[in-house]
Amino acid sequence: MTQPVRLKFTGTADYVATPQLTMAVNAAITLQKPLLLKGEPGTGKTMLAEQLAAALGTELIQWHIKSTTRAQQGLYEYDAVSRLRDSQLGSDRVHDIRNYIVKGKLWQAFEADKPVVLLIDEIDKADIEFPNDLLLELDKMEFFVYETQERVVARQRPIVLITSNNEKELPDAFLRRCFFHYIDFPDRHTMQQIVDVHFGALKPELVQTALDVFFDLRTVPGLKKKPTTSELIDWLKLLLADDIGLDALQNKQGTQAIPPLHGALIKNEQDVMLLEKLAFMSRRRS
Amino acid sequence: MLIDFFQVVRAAGVPASIREYLDLLRALQQGLAFADLDEFYQLARLCLVKDEKYYDRFDRAFGDYFEGLRAFDSVLEELNLPEDWLRKEVERILSDAEKAGVAGKGSLDALMEALRERLENQKERHQGGSKNIGTAGTSPFGAYGYNPEGIRIGQHENRHNRAVKVWDQRNYRDLDDKVELGVRNLKVALRRLRQFARHGAANQLDLDDTIRATARNAGFLDLKLVPERHNAVKVLLLLDIGGSMDMHVRACEELFSAARAEFKHLESYYFHNCLYEFVWRHNSRRYSERLLTRDMLNTYGPDYKVIFVGDASMAPWEVSHAGGSVEHNNEEAGAVWLQRVTEHYPHVVWLNPTPERWWVDHGSMGMIRKLMENRMFPLTVEGITAAIQELG
Repeated sequence: MTQPVRLKFTGTADYVATPQLTMAVNAAITLQKPLLLKGEPGTGKTMLAEQLAAALGTELIQWHIKSTTRAQQGLYEYDAVSRLRDSQLGSDRVHDIRNYIVKGKLWQAFEADKPVVLLIDEIDKADIEFPNDLLLELDKMEFFVYETQERVVARQRPIVLITSNNEKELPDAFLRRCFFHYIDFPDRHTMQQIVDVHFGALKPELVQTALDVFFDLRTVPGLKKKPTTSELIDWLKLLLADDIGLDALQNKQGTQAIPPLHGALIKNEQDVMLLEKLAFMSRRRS
Repeated sequence: MLIDFFQVVRAAGVPASIREYLDLLRALQQGLAFADLDEFYQLARLCLVKDEKYYDRFDRAFGDYFEGLRAFDSVLEELNLPEDWLRKEVERILSDAEKAGVAGKGSLDALMEALRERLENQKERHQGGSKNIGTAGTSPFGAYGYNPEGIRIGQHENRHNRAVKVWDQRNYRDLDDKVELGVRNLKVALRRLRQFARHGAANQLDLDDTIRATARNAGFLDLKLVPERHNAVKVLLLLDIGGSMDMHVRACEELFSAARAEFKHLESYYFHNCLYEFVWRHNSRRYSERLLTRDMLNTYGPDYKVIFVGDASMAPWEVSHAGGSVEHNNEEAGAVWLQRVTEHYPHVVWLNPTPERWWVDHGSMGMIRKLMENRMFPLTVEGITAAIQELG
């Protein structure tokens, strides 16, 4: 194993990282432990991995987890069916079992010359036992291939980022091996920075008003799904594309009582109904 | 090094182990946080806390430990010359208007006299409580209290003027303890109740069996197929509706839609307050289309798992006596019917939307819990998870 990477992550031109997040990432890099990220959907968990790889100038290997993903698939898979077919066809490849070992994402990350960023995305989607099956691999950064009797050891410990949406509790033994950071929903100041990063040339008043509308919307009680950062960004894009003026946003008394192009912010017809009802009630009161 | 701090964090109920503690020390050794309490807070939380539901407990422990330490140390140091120091400190802390307004203890002198007495009486470090000096109590002395007449010790600026520390904001209070009860969460909880069985047409390749069969076949391909796996668990859902259940309508709706999506064999019926001789399937047609409870027991065999949902809050005679129902004249008591259900089905649970802290051991709630052999669980994600374990 070589020297640990002494790189510091401070956010990038396209990504606003709070000091807390920077601290978490740097601690994970320095102590070479996986970093588990949780937070509301749309707070940029997956995006962080992309930006981190870009900032450190290394490759990003993404492993997206589904309900059917098994831990073994991240290490390697033995493609028995191909070998069977080759044996039927009398191909020469069949004599070397190594031809049928398909490397998984972890193996790829272990093999890289430079330490890479390995993203294990949405680990909570997998089966309950999935994290337990990866304990040793993430701890020691090595595993054993039974078919070829070889031990694969990481040349460089990859920087491992793991995201979770809290659909399943993760086992304690797994949590102990990780650092944990919960990405808060950005406050107004951070949100302003995020919008500035994405839309440098936007009129300040429009941003102010849009943020007002957005944060108002998040405080409406009883919404089934609150709009998130990525939805705000989408909405602003739409506002720009449609050239919606400032007054349309401010004009809350008009016929359009709910914000224009609300489809980008609100993804649920019950929520739309709720807002319409609220707007109707406030109109009647005034 | 920092062992006391680690103990305080653990005492606050954050499940941190030695391994995490050593991680924190290693991180400090690497210089990730240096001489900055805010950075140390971030780093300590990163290393010791592994779930956001513990953030609030950690914040409180952190605040107690550091603020308490600081506040109390300064008091201790000054114990030698209390008179001068106290006067100076009090004068510095209180504005003129406040000094004029100190009427709760008579006068400033009286207030100080009382404070000194307390200081002498106090031997140990003290937190909370309502009399002694320390942090976070309701005594008029000490920091972080709620007594509007109180004076602040060891915290050198007015709390409202200084930048409030992040652990004082208690941002994560909402995340503590209870996971939000959403359809998605419920589905995940219900999903644990599964019994996979293969039935139907064999249309899935069974790789292991194919390889085995092919090897036996001297290398000639012999495909083996199996039917797809299905969740074969059968669930009978019995919902209390109307009356006191109206305020739990949303929770029940969510449970129902989650259950319907999760279980292929789901039968659901309604009852009011307590189970009697009939149930109904559609609440709008409750008087026209009824199913006799006896028929229900005969239709759905003991392999069904029964989930009652109800607040079990009613007059005791509605459970215990024939004719006790509020709606009709029932020939047999509700308790008899509930007993028939628990005898017929080995797997029965009762989910109660009332928060667990309001449960009582007497009245109808106690009777039903007894009838259910204590298999009553709160309608929260944790409760459902426990209930599913009971059913599984």
